[in-house]
Amino acid sequence: MIHLRRIAAILLRQFYLMRGSPARLLPVFVWAAIDIVLWGFITKYLNAITSAGPNFVPVLLGAVLFWDFFTRVMYGVTTTFLEDVWSRNFLNLFATPLSISEYLGGLVLSSVATSAIGLFVMLVLATAAFGLSFFGYGLMLIPYLLVLFLFGISLGILANALVLRYGPAAEWFVWPIPALLSPFAAVFYPVSALPHWMQYVSHLLPPAYVFESMRTILAGLPARPALLLWAGSLALLYILLTAWFFTRIHRYAIRTGLIARYSAETAS
Amino acid sequence: MTAETSGAGQAAATPKVLSITDLRKVYGRTVAVDGVSFHVGRNEIVGLLGPNGAGKTTIINIVLGILEANGGTIHVEGFDIAGHRRHALERTNFAAVYAPLPGNLTVYQNLRFFGLLYGVKGIAERITEVLKEFELEQFRNTKCGVLSSGEQTRVGLAKAMLNQPHLLLLDEPTASLDPASARDIRAKICEFAAKEGVGVLWTSHNMVEVEKVCDRVLFLSHGKILLEGNPKTLPRDHGKETLEDLFIAVAREPLTLEVNGP
Repeated sequence: MIHLRRIAAILLRQFYLMRGSPARLLPVFVWAAIDIVLWGFITKYLNAITSAGPNFVPVLLGAVLFWDFFTRVMYGVTTTFLEDVWSRNFLNLFATPLSISEYLGGLVLSSVATSAIGLFVMLVLATAAFGLSFFGYGLMLIPYLLVLFLFGISLGILANALVLRYGPAAEWFVWPIPALLSPFAAVFYPVSALPHWMQYVSHLLPPAYVFESMRTILAGLPARPALLLWAGSLALLYILLTAWFFTRIHRYAIRTGLIARYSAETAS
Repeated sequence: MTAETSGAGQAAATPKVLSITDLRKVYGRTVAVDGVSFHVGRNEIVGLLGPNGAGKTTIINIVLGILEANGGTIHVEGFDIAGHRRHALERTNFAAVYAPLPGNLTVYQNLRFFGLLYGVKGIAERITEVLKEFELEQFRNTKCGVLSSGEQTRVGLAKAMLNQPHLLLLDEPTASLDPASARDIRAKICEFAAKEGVGVLWTSHNMVEVEKVCDRVLFLSHGKILLEGNPKTLPRDHGKETLEDLFIAVAREPLTLEVNGP
């Protein structure tokens, strides 16, 4: 039985930490805002030198915004978890009645809050400063964000499981994951531009379907909702798999004593 | 288990808060806990004594559900920790010198966070009560990381009593305190235990403290309980002057004290 109060506790703790710490609050939107500014000027420049060509603002700047949203969602899940690593809080935390599903629920809820702030700032900046119009994506905007959100959650849980298994130093696993995936996710180019072996990987990544769909719509072609439904289902499957994986790792940590001696990074 | 039970009669009559049966934990080839069985009754303070590495913290970690045993059972007020972890842990809390609360949260924030996790009802009033109880009101909005070790110990104890547990696990709760503070803290723990009818499992290397607060002690060595009894009479029963002498004997020559040993 899941208790909402325990899930709320994780969210409340994150609120306390962010409220008193600009070092935590600023990364929620600053890096994304810098990306929007950088790519905003790049797209403006590209539009200027190819005046008769396509409008790069929705294609490139929109892609950057969506990718940054996905990254913020993933980091939202991982940074909330890392707070417990950094403050050596596992012993106190896991000795409470908190269940793993409640804990993961709290991490997801924290990510919803932080990624919503990041998305809002990016939307305002991209619209006001660079004229990005979301009407171009139509109602498909909602499934785009949903698929990216779900996939970000699944990757965040996976990264947390790796850190739990390999100790605090494994934090470095977390940060490069979006960069590692971006070539396969076809953020800025069609999947067909990739070599065959990379395309196989792309088909397993829900964001690739989002970016393909986005380019299709902007090219004036009909959207294919079935593909996005498939992408959403794939992302949900990944959440289930990674939550199962995290639970297994947690069980391993309990069985071997790793939780109680986490700073040692190994149970033996 | 090879334990003598000279002083356990009174405790056996009280309802059991914690029941441990044939507990076993092995790390690789090292046997950390070897067939340990004991219980803690309501309104009873039981001292778990033994040299470093005897298995005391391992037992506490298993009771807290953060370490899995290789064998045996643990029940907290009838709830099996393996099968009914949530129910068992709602009735339990702990304080340990090696588990300070997050230093980047204030005292109030920590208590609210853990209060929610333990499902404390009327949380605002309860926080006010424990802050007053442990004389922490002035530190309510101070980050735990900037408190002295003694103040942090008091915050840890305030957290431990937040959910009014029926089972309280204290792993060297006064280890970082000066004698005056330690005496005050001991008095507060004993008062809380008596008032709420709590069962307390208390580890300490301070034998004077143990003799003062514990109704019963268990001597642990190499993962086994060697002796059990009243801390005031147990030393004389084994030809020793003080509890400290008995502790040293257990630590150095455990085989000579095993009642049914090989």
